[in-house]
Amino acid sequence: MEFFWYVVLMGILAVYIVLDGYDFGAGIIHLFFAKTEKDKKAITSAIGPFWDANEVWLIAAGGVLFFAFPTLYASSFSGFYLPLMMILWLLIFRAVGLELRGQIHHPMWEVIWDKAFGIASLLLALFFGVALGNIVRGVNLGMVENGVSTQEAHFFFLPLWNPTFSPQADQLGIIDWFTLFLGVVSSVTLTIHGANWIIYKTNSSLNAKLKEVVFKLNFVLLGLVIISLLIWHKIEPKPFHNFVENPVLWIFPLIAFIGIFGLFKVKKFKKDGLGFLFSSMFLVGGFAATTASIFPNVLPSTNAVNPSLTIYNTAAGEYGLSVGVYWFVIALALVIAYFIIQYKVFSGKMDDIGYGEH
Amino acid sequence: MEEMLFYDRMQFAFTITFHYLFPQLTMGLSLIVIYFKWKFLRTQNEQYNQATHFWMKIFALNFAMGVVTGIPMEFQFGTNWAKFSELTGGIIGQTLAMEGMFSFFLESSFLGLFLFGEKLLGHKWHFVTGLLIFIGSWASGFLIIATHSWMQYPVGYEILANGKFVLNNFSALFTNPWLWPSYLHNQAASMVTSSFVVAGIGAFYILSKKQVSFGKLFVKTGVIFGLASSLIVAVPTGDLLAKNVVKYQPVTFAAMEGIFHTEKKGSEIVLIGQPDVKDKKLDNKIAVPNILSFLTYGNWHQEIKGLDQFKEENHPTNISGLYYAYHIMVGLGTVFIGLMAFAVFQLIRKKLFETKWILWSLLFMLPFPYIANTTGWYTAELGRQPWLVYDLLRTAEGASPTVSSGNTLFTLLGFIGLYLLLGMLFLLLVGKIINKGPQTENI
Repeated sequence: MEFFWYVVLMGILAVYIVLDGYDFGAGIIHLFFAKTEKDKKAITSAIGPFWDANEVWLIAAGGVLFFAFPTLYASSFSGFYLPLMMILWLLIFRAVGLELRGQIHHPMWEVIWDKAFGIASLLLALFFGVALGNIVRGVNLGMVENGVSTQEAHFFFLPLWNPTFSPQADQLGIIDWFTLFLGVVSSVTLTIHGANWIIYKTNSSLNAKLKEVVFKLNFVLLGLVIISLLIWHKIEPKPFHNFVENPVLWIFPLIAFIGIFGLFKVKKFKKDGLGFLFSSMFLVGGFAATTASIFPNVLPSTNAVNPSLTIYNTAAGEYGLSVGVYWFVIALALVIAYFIIQYKVFSGKMDDIGYGEH
Repeated sequence: MEEMLFYDRMQFAFTITFHYLFPQLTMGLSLIVIYFKWKFLRTQNEQYNQATHFWMKIFALNFAMGVVTGIPMEFQFGTNWAKFSELTGGIIGQTLAMEGMFSFFLESSFLGLFLFGEKLLGHKWHFVTGLLIFIGSWASGFLIIATHSWMQYPVGYEILANGKFVLNNFSALFTNPWLWPSYLHNQAASMVTSSFVVAGIGAFYILSKKQVSFGKLFVKTGVIFGLASSLIVAVPTGDLLAKNVVKYQPVTFAAMEGIFHTEKKGSEIVLIGQPDVKDKKLDNKIAVPNILSFLTYGNWHQEIKGLDQFKEENHPTNISGLYYAYHIMVGLGTVFIGLMAFAVFQLIRKKLFETKWILWSLLFMLPFPYIANTTGWYTAELGRQPWLVYDLLRTAEGASPTVSSGNTLFTLLGFIGLYLLLGMLFLLLVGKIINKGPQTENI
């Protein structure tokens, strides 16, 4: 049962990353590349009807985490208190920027909300990479000092940073050079992903330029991925042991690499949706490979005193997990139905739906 | 430790109070919006469709506010109440996860279609999307109240040796005796808010002699829905809920009603008075003898336990606050019934739109259902104290052990600033919609 809910949780998170990932990416493109009113409109129209539903996947992930792995939920949400609150504020700003911009036609009003939307998107892309970095690196569970736990074994608290910015310091922080590096990787990835979505969903004059951007950024991304593989073993001494034991897991890095290499052909694609497919593959493959590498851990411990949090020592009771399967399957079928209806109705290019106009 | 708990509680109270200003309107308003759309389908009268569009705009703005302020609520269980989440997540996580999977996906998938898809879908399917939004929002309320009810009256659980609550009966969560009265009470109260908003804005249009035909439609619709829902809030739902409190949380009932001492021959009902918790009495009291015993038990002389019958450590922590919250709610609820009854009476006599004082009262009363809903929730939440899970887990035991008070105060201040900004933007935009009015040029 634990494994079932682990797969469900990771599945929901992967969907969330692909879907809200393009929202954030579109925001970054909006911030740096959209110069004319027409381009901006095309971008907001391409994400307008979807972003709200996309964020529900985050809420769903939170809900499943809460109910299936309450100890992990309690431990990580209180331990990562400050960055989570900031993610909340950024999500609010981003939504407000997107929704309020079209309500009043005044250049100053529009500038404020354009920036709020763009900057919040960029910071969120960065923060999600940092978050993944924190999970891979692990935390000081039980807040061990001098070999003694000062808290219950599964609780911790991290400040935003420590003065050394080192992922191996005694006092860890949310932001260190490793997590920040992953933040950069995720920002670049999501920029590419967002650009692909805009290419897919609009006929904007930006599209030709965006293909160029995707092509160039893809070199940057490949470089970053290679560097991250080189520094990974500093954080996790045996990053491949799960892959050695279960060779089937190689499918995830393989998918990621097909995604990244596919993107080099972005300028030759006949279908506008292909780029989006490849960047989605990179996101899902990369995310799955990362989480698979630490399985069954879900939050590693950096000290020798307290054990890592795993899917087994954080799960809820067996009965609750089993009974949850029934309603979950029904709900999932409904969700897929809504999803198909929604994307059917808003299929194709959406430059002119006039999102947020009043 | 004390300070830490205080800021955790303040943050949750502040963010939930602000959040619930929006769903209490949207849940009720979704019904009124689809009512207008239904009337349009039946009569093909363009005015109803324009009314639908107008209230859809107000709905959309409130809904967006509800969504952005709602996400922090789900997070805060883990961030600020980690111990509580760890111990009870296997149970309350169940209903909260169901809310996400069943309601939020439904609402968010069809909201875009509802708001932008009328031409694409045609009127019939437009009505259906509205209906789905209504179902989604009411299901969301149901699952939240199911969670709330479990905290008030825990069922279907067992407690393990390590203190964790695990579920052993799923259906018990939905047959909880606390659930149905609370749910219907809350939904009716949400209808009261939306009825008063519809009627109040209608009254504004009539009194300002602007788009008067819409004003009349809104006032008429608002007062009919308003009278029905104000009555349902009191009887049967409020009455049933109060009887639940007497039965399952007698100490809470005593504090709500301001009964410090047990009266053997039946308790009086306190209309006005200020609790003096230290000397265990009410100052400046106006009360009617024996009524409370009658209302509660149907027997004028039934004894009702006062606070003196319970250990002090189990008394609600804020007796005065609880007493006031309850009395404000009940007082306002009574005024609502009176005003709406007058209005409907005049409507039947076809004199409502000329009766200026009722129109002014409707406009003036617009904010008060928000106060009544909020104080109603304060009654429920302060009444449950000092417990998070009634009689089983104390509030002080539920807070996050590692989050310092300084960090919580930091985020509390952040939320206050952010929500102040959101509130101002909301008022600006809602004012703009109201000022423009429902009428479009091509009528």
